[in-house]
Amino acid sequence: MTEKKKSKSKSSEGIGGGSLGEALRVPALAVLTGLIIGAIAIVASGSNVFEAYSALFIGAFGDPVRFFSGFQQLFTTGETAGLLRAIYPFTESLVTATPYIFAGLSVALGFRCGLFNIGAEGQFFIGALCSAFVGYSIVGLPAYIHLPLALLAGAAGGALWGIVPGYLKARFGAHEVVNTIMMNWIAFRLSDWLLNGPMKASGFRPVTPNIEHTAELPRFFPDPLRLNWGFILALIVAYVLYWFLFKTTLGFEIRSVGANPDAARYAGMNIIRNFVLVMALAGGLAGLAGASQVLGVDHWVGQGFSAGYGFDAIALALLGKSHPFGVVLAALLFGFLRSGATRMQSMAGVPIDIISIIQGLVIIFIAAPAIIRWLYRLKSVKVEETVLTRGWGK
Amino acid sequence: MTTLNATANTALVNRARVTYGIVLLAMGLFIYFFFGLNTQSGLETTFGLNLAGSQAIPISDLVVPSQLTVYLMAGIAIFFGAFQLARGVKATGALIAIIGATFIVAFLTWAAQGKSFNLTGMLSSSLVRATPIALAALCGVVSERSAVINIGIEGIMLISAQAAVVTASLTGNLYLGLFFAILLGGLVAALHAYLVIRFKVDQIVSGVAINIFGTGLTSFVSSRFLEKNTDLLNNSGVFPVVSIPVLSKIPILGPMLFENNIVIYLTMLLIVALHIVLFYTPWGLRTRAVGEHPKAADTLGVNVYLVRYVNVILGGMIAGLGGAYFTIGSVGRFDEIMTAGKGFIGLAAMIFGKWNPIGAFASSLIFGFADSLQVRLQILRVPIPSEFLLMAPYIVTMIVLTGVVGRAIPPAADGQPYEK
Repeated sequence: MTEKKKSKSKSSEGIGGGSLGEALRVPALAVLTGLIIGAIAIVASGSNVFEAYSALFIGAFGDPVRFFSGFQQLFTTGETAGLLRAIYPFTESLVTATPYIFAGLSVALGFRCGLFNIGAEGQFFIGALCSAFVGYSIVGLPAYIHLPLALLAGAAGGALWGIVPGYLKARFGAHEVVNTIMMNWIAFRLSDWLLNGPMKASGFRPVTPNIEHTAELPRFFPDPLRLNWGFILALIVAYVLYWFLFKTTLGFEIRSVGANPDAARYAGMNIIRNFVLVMALAGGLAGLAGASQVLGVDHWVGQGFSAGYGFDAIALALLGKSHPFGVVLAALLFGFLRSGATRMQSMAGVPIDIISIIQGLVIIFIAAPAIIRWLYRLKSVKVEETVLTRGWGK
Repeated sequence: MTTLNATANTALVNRARVTYGIVLLAMGLFIYFFFGLNTQSGLETTFGLNLAGSQAIPISDLVVPSQLTVYLMAGIAIFFGAFQLARGVKATGALIAIIGATFIVAFLTWAAQGKSFNLTGMLSSSLVRATPIALAALCGVVSERSAVINIGIEGIMLISAQAAVVTASLTGNLYLGLFFAILLGGLVAALHAYLVIRFKVDQIVSGVAINIFGTGLTSFVSSRFLEKNTDLLNNSGVFPVVSIPVLSKIPILGPMLFENNIVIYLTMLLIVALHIVLFYTPWGLRTRAVGEHPKAADTLGVNVYLVRYVNVILGGMIAGLGGAYFTIGSVGRFDEIMTAGKGFIGLAAMIFGKWNPIGAFASSLIFGFADSLQVRLQILRVPIPSEFLLMAPYIVTMIVLTGVVGRAIPPAADGQPYEK
């Protein structure tokens, strides 16, 4: 085991070298270590690791054999069906990654301001419900008005769910970690009521009606492939957030408040306004995650719609070091993992919850790089420590 | 400077006076319009004071005329509101008690008009439902008094709950299940302590990671093993109710306090024990010193790291007991994510209880009361959707955290790693 680890660390050093490699090294090793411990858990639960992880790979990227035959078919007959079937797993991974990008950006933005937004899950759910409501209740609008309206409704719903803890934090110093979790539970109860009452579609299941076609995010490929404009939108939003955080005065203020609120206050920055603004934006981003999922993929909302996104988003933000581009990379990784894990569950019988175990480990390793450095005998480097959170109401 | 402060203080006091007065008046009007006008005259509300199957000496039930009682409550709230606006009372605790009491009495009388409502049953179930919250809060108190925030209580409780039910089902011994729950709670907390003390990991991040890990692990084990072998692994039975002789015969208090199972007795014992340990023993003094000013404690020869390790692990063991409550202490079965935010509500109870074992228990009782109220109201068929009643504990938590009802000051070094 130690031999294997040592050789892995050497190879990663070979790839790295530059500053980018330095930045990527710890996250990459953290994921790797998470996967190794996950493998131990799979063995312990009596499944075949090789079978499980190869199902994970094929589920995430597609079967290379199918790619080959798909291209062959395209060149010989001009048919694209084979190739479309081959790229299906890959596009599904991108579809899975889309809400992760939004939700990860939401938590990352909070971290930049020293706020810990665990409420992405509730904001996601409320955002999805709001866009679904606009999506199915308004009939007869042209798509170029209906779709933006539905997206906006999702962002607004999420923002509302973020503003409440943001304001309570800014005004009363109530810790946002507990409050956002309370908001999550309130969102679940509220959605239980909405889905069984006012927003219930006719039928037995507690789900909303299907949204109108005019509110759907257009898809790129014919039907079984669900990749849609939501993915492109997520990439655009990530770039805009990068620009906002690093190229504008407001972004500078937010980062200053996050780095040192006392210094920011002495410099004349308005802490309360920044807290509320950041929580509103973070909530809006998580709301967009829900909106993209409902408008682009599912077209309706049911119970347990947002399960796990909030906690995944924290892992993403930590993994991406709270940088928008890092979050995008981390979200792609999680998209591949989650999408592959679905196949791993059906093919190798390994419960999908294994991914949560791996995520918990990855968070610990990212938050404690000392463990990874000690495990792989890496030289310690001086890195800028970012303060992620603070104690109760300080 | 002093005059400035004095004027600022009077302004603040004035504002508080007006706020409380207005809240009281509003509460009175609210009770009058929403409950009073919706109560039919001539109906009576019966508050049952005897619990079926308990050993307490039976006493007669409390029967009150519904409408009159509601109007009386509205009158009391309005009277005190007016009095407060005119004269001003400094005792904010009493005012909050009046606001809460008038509302709850009026609400229950309205909800149970023409029906019977078992008050003793509800008080008794409040204590039962407060137990996991109190244990989570005690876990928080013990570790935060030594300045380590443990937000992973939820994850610890999940792991312990599962460990308890699996051990007890396999061995057929509930006490062994309890032992393993406490042991595992201590172990996970030890991991948290190791991460935040040795590696100086952000305490909140480590706690969140433990929550994610705990949720994932228990769900994984549940769907991989428990679902297929329910009888073998997930069917333990529960601790029997033990009546304490003589004391359980006291009406109302008897069924509430002295007819419970071992987990609840242990909780009550722990509250008293922790209060004594924290405030009357050398260890408690050291703990509080480490929580307030670790450097000073270190200078005086206290081993800061040791105190923190011991307290966090002790807290984890208490949370482990809380986890055991969920399975072998109440339903005898593990369900995925069955803690439903109780760990976090416990943290709110800790803050509301001012980092004090007895205070934490008292505020847990409020949450337990809100929780059991919602169950009782569903039985009474109150015309409010049950989902909204289920939100009550979460909303109460958020209100508590605003500090509107008394500001709480955490231990000075809370959440900060200590570097020699």
